[in-house]
Amino acid sequence: MSVLTFKQGIHPEYNKELTRDIPFRKAKRPARVTIPLQQHIGAPCQPLVKKGDHVDLGQKIGDSDSFVSAPVHASVSGVVKEIKKVPTPVGKESLAIVIEADEEDTLAEGIAPKGNLEDLSPEEIRKIIREAGIVGMGGAMFPTHVKLSVPEEKEAEYFILNGAECEPYLTVDHRMMISRPEDIVFGLKVLMKAIGVEKGFIGIEDNKPEAISSMQEAVAGEEGIEVKVLETKYPQGGEKMLIKAILGREVPLGGLPIDVGVVVNNVTTAVAVADAIKKGMPLIERTITITGRGIKEPANLICRFGTAINDLIREAGGFAGKPGKVILGGPMTGFAQPTTDLPVVKGTSGILVLPRKEVEEFDPLPCIKCARCVDSCPQFLMPVQLANFTEHQMYDKLERYNVLNCIECGSCSYICPAKRPLMHYIKLGKAEIIARKRKAQ
Amino acid sequence: MNNEQLVVTSSPHVRDDTSVSQIMWSVVFALIPAMLAAVYYFKIQALGIILVSVLGAVITEFLFQKARGKRVTITDGSAVITGILLALTLPPTSPLWMVLVGSMVAIGLGKQVFGGLGYNPFNPALVGRAFLMAAYPVLMTSWTLDGQTTATPLNLMKMEGLGTDYWSLFIGHVGGSLGETSAFALLLGAAYLIYKGYINWRIPAGMLGTVFILTLILGEDPIFHLFAGGLILGAFFMATDMVTSPITKRGRWIFGIGAGLIVVIIRLWGGYPEGVMYSILLMNTTVPLLNRYTRPRSLGEVT
Repeated sequence: MSVLTFKQGIHPEYNKELTRDIPFRKAKRPARVTIPLQQHIGAPCQPLVKKGDHVDLGQKIGDSDSFVSAPVHASVSGVVKEIKKVPTPVGKESLAIVIEADEEDTLAEGIAPKGNLEDLSPEEIRKIIREAGIVGMGGAMFPTHVKLSVPEEKEAEYFILNGAECEPYLTVDHRMMISRPEDIVFGLKVLMKAIGVEKGFIGIEDNKPEAISSMQEAVAGEEGIEVKVLETKYPQGGEKMLIKAILGREVPLGGLPIDVGVVVNNVTTAVAVADAIKKGMPLIERTITITGRGIKEPANLICRFGTAINDLIREAGGFAGKPGKVILGGPMTGFAQPTTDLPVVKGTSGILVLPRKEVEEFDPLPCIKCARCVDSCPQFLMPVQLANFTEHQMYDKLERYNVLNCIECGSCSYICPAKRPLMHYIKLGKAEIIARKRKAQ
Repeated sequence: MNNEQLVVTSSPHVRDDTSVSQIMWSVVFALIPAMLAAVYYFKIQALGIILVSVLGAVITEFLFQKARGKRVTITDGSAVITGILLALTLPPTSPLWMVLVGSMVAIGLGKQVFGGLGYNPFNPALVGRAFLMAAYPVLMTSWTLDGQTTATPLNLMKMEGLGTDYWSLFIGHVGGSLGETSAFALLLGAAYLIYKGYINWRIPAGMLGTVFILTLILGEDPIFHLFAGGLILGAFFMATDMVTSPITKRGRWIFGIGAGLIVVIIRLWGGYPEGVMYSILLMNTTVPLLNRYTRPRSLGEVT
C-alpha cells in the first residue's frame, strides 16, 4: 500500500516504545474530583448544581446557552463540596465543581442507549453529541457538535478520522485503535451521517502497524470507509496536513477544513461518540498516556475527568528521580506545568514527565540563516522572518507573511540549530495580530 | 505536589540535536580531504598557509569579541572555516604575512564589523581574498607546481588557448590556489555535507549547471570549465555559506544560476581569467531581495 504524506515537516524521536505495547487499565476511582466548567474552546459553562447537592454519575453539572460550548458532567456520584476557581492545564483559571465521591457510582437518570443509528436524524445526532459534552479529544477541545454543523452554503464530502498520533510519546490513539476498532468505525459512521457524507477515511502513521491492521480488519466490508496509511512524520496529524496527504487538497488561507469539503476528528473522539449513541453515556472519562523517563511505570490509563494529576503520577509508580518538566499533552505542543496539582480535563491526552537531565535550558545563538525552519515548516511559512518581525514589532509585515496560517506545530523551534525560540515569538506575534483585528472591528 | 522546581517554558519541549557548532565543525571536517590534497601537492608551504590563516582568523575573532565585550565564540568553528577557506583560495607561494593580513581582514571587515556570525552580508573568506587581490595583485597571481613556476589552466586557456587534460584537472595536478586544484577531494567533502543536509544542493546545482550549459552553448569546453579554477570550491563551500545565501528554495536556485552566469561572463569576456570570487560576492548582495521576492506560497495561499 502506498504511503501518503505532506511536504516538509520533521522527524523527531518518537519514544512511543515506552507505552506502545501497554494496554489501557482503569485508574482508581478518585475520592474527590475537581471538574472545571471550561474544558473546551468557547463559552464557559454555568454551574447547574450548588454546594451540598447530591449528584449522580453522568449528571450534567454545567452548561451554557452559547452555541460554541460543551456541557460538563459529574464523573462520579457523590456530594458537591465546593465551587471554586482553579488553574487548568492550559494556563487559564476556570470555575470548577469539586465533588466528593461515594462508592456507589449511581448512574444519572435518563442515561440509556439512543437507539439504532438508522433511526437517528443528523439533527438528533448533533444534539446527542452536544448533550454528551463531546469535544475534540486530540487536545484541541473544540466542541464536536459545532464542527458537525456544516453551514448551508458549504458542502461536506468527506469525514477524516485522525489516527496519525504524530506527537512523540503519546499512545492513546494507538491503543484505542487496537482495543476498540469497532467502536471507532461505528463512531465514524455516526459522524458521517451527522454531516451527510458517504465517504470516510481513517489516517494512521506507518509506525503503528498493529493499529493499521486492527482498523483494516474493522473496516472490512464497510462501504465507503477506508484506512489510509501515512508516512511517519511530524505534524502528520495536523488537520491541514491530513487533508493534504489524503485528498491532496489545501485548506485556504484563513479557512476551515469544511471549505474543502472535509471535517476532521480524532479517533478517540469517535469512541466518545459511539458511547454516547450506544450507551447514552456522556463524556466523563478519557484515556491518557502517562509517560517519559521521569515516570517509574509509564502506562496508558483510563481516568475520570477531575482526577488529580498527582494521583495519576502516583498510580504510574511516581517520579523516577527528580522531575524536570511536567508536560500536559505531547512534547511538541503540550503545556509545561508549574504544578502537578491540576485536574485531568477533556483535552488531556498525555502526562509527560521529563527527568531533570533531559531538560536543557537553551541559550539561543544568533540565527545563521540556515533555513532549516523554512525547509521544515509544513505550512510553507518563513518562521525565521515571522520571529524577526514579531521581535521588532513589524506587525504589518508579520500579517503579510501569513503568520495566521501558522498551525503552531513547533517544528521551527525543534529544528533550529541556534536553539532560537521561534515558536514562542510566532505565537506572541499571532496573538498580537488577532488582538489588533479584534480592536479594529 | 507543588513542585517549585519544575521548569516551565513554551512548547516545543524537545529539540533536534544539531547545533550551530556541529554544523560548522562538520564543514571543517568536510574540508579535510581538500587540505590534504593541498599539502600533498604544495607540501610544507600549503601547511603553513592553512595554519597561519586559521590562527589569524581565530585570533582576530577573539580580539574583536573581547573588545566588544561579547561572548567569545571561537570554539563554534565558524572562524576556523573562514581561515581554511581563505587559505584554499591563496596561491601556494603566498608569503605568510600576507596570509595573516588576509585572514584578519576576512574576520574583521568581513564578519565582525557587521556583528559577528549570522550578521555578515558577504562571505568573509572571499572578503579577505578580494582585499588581497586588490592590495597584492602580483603575489596573488604567482603560481607554481612541482617547484616550477607555472600558470593556472584558466590562464593557459585565456592567454594562450591551451587546454589541460581532464584527469589532471580532476585529481588536481595543475597550477592554482591551494583548493583550486583537486576537484576530487572537494567533491568528497561536498558529498558528505549534502548527505548531512548541511549544504543545500540547489545552489551548486544552479551554479555548475549554468556554467556547464552556457559554456556548451558558447562553444567552450564545459567539462574544462567545471573543473578548472575555483568553481567546485566556490560552488560547494562558499556559495552555500548559510549566512550569506538565500533562505528560500527558489532563492537558492536564482542565487546559484546568477553566480554561474557571472562566472561565465568574467571567464569569457572579463579582464580576469577566473570569476568565482566576484560571482559569489555579487550574488551575496542580492540575498535580501531574493528572500523577499521568493517567499514560498503558504499552504492554501492563492497567488
